[in-house]
This record gives sequence, structure tokens and C-alpha cells, in this order.
Amino acid sequence: MDLMSFFRTKKPATAQTARDRLMVAVAWQRDQDGRHNAGPSYLPQMRDELLAVIRKYVQVADSAVKVNVQHEDGLDVLEMNITLPDAKAG
Amino acid sequence: MSKIIVTTSGKGGVGKTTTSASFSTGLAARGKKVAVIDFDVGLRNLDLIMGCERRVVFDFVNVLQGEANLRQALIRDKTYDNLHILAASQTRDKDALTLEGVEKVLNDLVAEGFEYIICDSPAGIEKGAHHAMYFADEALIVTNPEVSSVRDSDRVLGLLQAKTRNAERGIKVKEHLVLTRYNPERVEKGEMLSVKDVQDILAIPLLGIIPESPTVLTSSNSGTPVIADAKSEAGQAYADLVARFLGEDKPHRFMQVEKKGLFNKLFGN
Repeated sequence: MDLMSFFRTKKPATAQTARDRLMVAVAWQRDQDGRHNAGPSYLPQMRDELLAVIRKYVQVADSAVKVNVQHEDGLDVLEMNITLPDAKAG
Repeated sequence: MSKIIVTTSGKGGVGKTTTSASFSTGLAARGKKVAVIDFDVGLRNLDLIMGCERRVVFDFVNVLQGEANLRQALIRDKTYDNLHILAASQTRDKDALTLEGVEKVLNDLVAEGFEYIICDSPAGIEKGAHHAMYFADEALIVTNPEVSSVRDSDRVLGLLQAKTRNAERGIKVKEHLVLTRYNPERVEKGEMLSVKDVQDILAIPLLGIIPESPTVLTSSNSGTPVIADAKSEAGQAYADLVARFLGEDKPHRFMQVEKKGLFNKLFGN
């Protein structure tokens, strides 16, 4: 409390306005990015285990298994991509 | 085991380079072997903030194009022998950087035994920023408590979760919020977003709060990272941030308004 503030007219707190506006702006942005969630926390481990299983049968690079969660029409869709090496090599 | 850490924000002027300089210096002060790379090709500034601009002979692009080897281009820090700086090129155009080239330099740094490799990102979300974040294991998201900075940080979080090597492998880049230019007085008056506001919106763990401080400017004037000024609040805040990053339990400071003397209570604002 300082004496001078007694004579000043109180301005409305704008931080709350900033917060509210950001909440909307960020929600829209995340929607555009298709980023409702980054996927369940078990995803990295599941990916590693998948990679281990695949390597029982064929040697693939670390980047051969891609796991992605997408949000489509209110559903979370787990998308998995496995790239196998060229057949001619074997 | 090396860690690659990107300092990024989307928005310019929020304190990325200040943070990269102090973060890398703080890690080096604790005996870690650290390299810090300026990715802002054409607009290099890290060398000025670190105070080594007169010792830049070769830069990042020279290394990528084979005109110098990595050891020739790495500048040893004036205080810490275990801290090295790789300057951005000031003259070349941005297309000189390629992902393959960046990957090779990072791999070479890992092979040289650097424990922490800090990638100081340019502003924006174009190629330079993409190159800086692509190989990152962890990210420092530098944000001001201000609407445009917070929105841009959120945008960058989206990119970290989609457009990085780790993301493509299904591994999450570890994100850390660094809230800079924080002013508790203005927060108390309801004029500035609070730590909690920013955390609620971005939903990432808070690594540090750096209070708005005149020392940030005066340190940059003399080319000394602000962390070197142990008396300044910003310097202390960066030292805490480094300690937290290394796993120490340090409560957050500089969130509350400091108690004022009687004179300030009566006549201050």
C-alpha cells in the first residue's frame, strides 16, 4: 500500500484479459496443428519394444518404426509406420 | 553420454541468446564440457554476448563447407577452458545450413566428448529454427509473460512435438519453461501474466524464472554472460536454473515482490 495509489484511479487488471485471450488463441492453434495430445506416456516404450520384436526377424534402423497419435473426429487414432529394408539386399 | 539442448522461443528478443550464454557458462562453471552453437546465420550475436567476437576466425558455415575443421572453429571461452563457442556466419546466406551438415557437426562434437551441446536458435519458425531444434533431446522454451511471446512459445512446442528427429522416432523432446523478464510488482498489480498463468497455458515444467533486471543489459554491454554477476538477481536466477537442470532441488525465487523500505512504501509506485 502506498499513499500515492490512494489518489490514483484504479485500472482494471489486464493480466486476466491476457490469460483469457491466450487460452482461446492457443486452443485454436493446437486444433490447427492436430495436437490435442502428444499421445499416451507408454508410447516411447511401446515403440522400443516393437523395434526389438521386428529386429528378431529383420535388421532395421532406429528410425524405421514411427508411432503417432492423431485426433480425428473425436477419436484418438494410433498410427504406426514400419519401413522394411529393400528386399533385394536379402 | 551427450545431451543436445535447443534454446528456442519463436518470438525474437525474449532472451534466447542471453539464456544460451548464461546456461552454457553455468554448466561449464560446474565442470561440464560444453559447446554452444549460434544457429542464427547472417545475424550472429552469441559471440558478442559471450565476449569473444574478436576471436572469431572460422564459423559454423566454414566447418559445414569444409573450409575449416571443427577444432579450428571452436572458440575457447575466456573464463572456462571446458566451454567452447561455435559462431554463426555473418556473411553467408541461410541456405548454407543443411540438416546433414548440422548432424555431422553435432556427431563430431559428441565424438570430441562434449557433454552438453547448446543450440541457440534464431527467432521465427523457418529453416534456421528448424535446424537448431531438429536434433534436440531437450528444449529450453524462453518465454516473456506477454501474449505474443506465450502464443509463439506454444507454436514452437507444437513443432518440437512433431518436427524433430526424436518426435519422428516417437520419443518426446523434454521441454523446460524459462520465464524471462518477469516483474513481480506488475504481476501483483494485475498488469502482467503470472508464472501460474503461463504454466497453465503452456503446460510444461518450469525450469526457471529470470526477473527483469538492468544487469542483463549492462552484462551484454561488456560481453559477460549475466550469470557471471553473482550479485545480480538475474545472475542468481540463472545459477539456480542450471542447478535445477542438473537435478538439484532449488525452490523458485524472484516470484514475490520484495519488501520495500518505509520511503518506498510512502512514495514509491
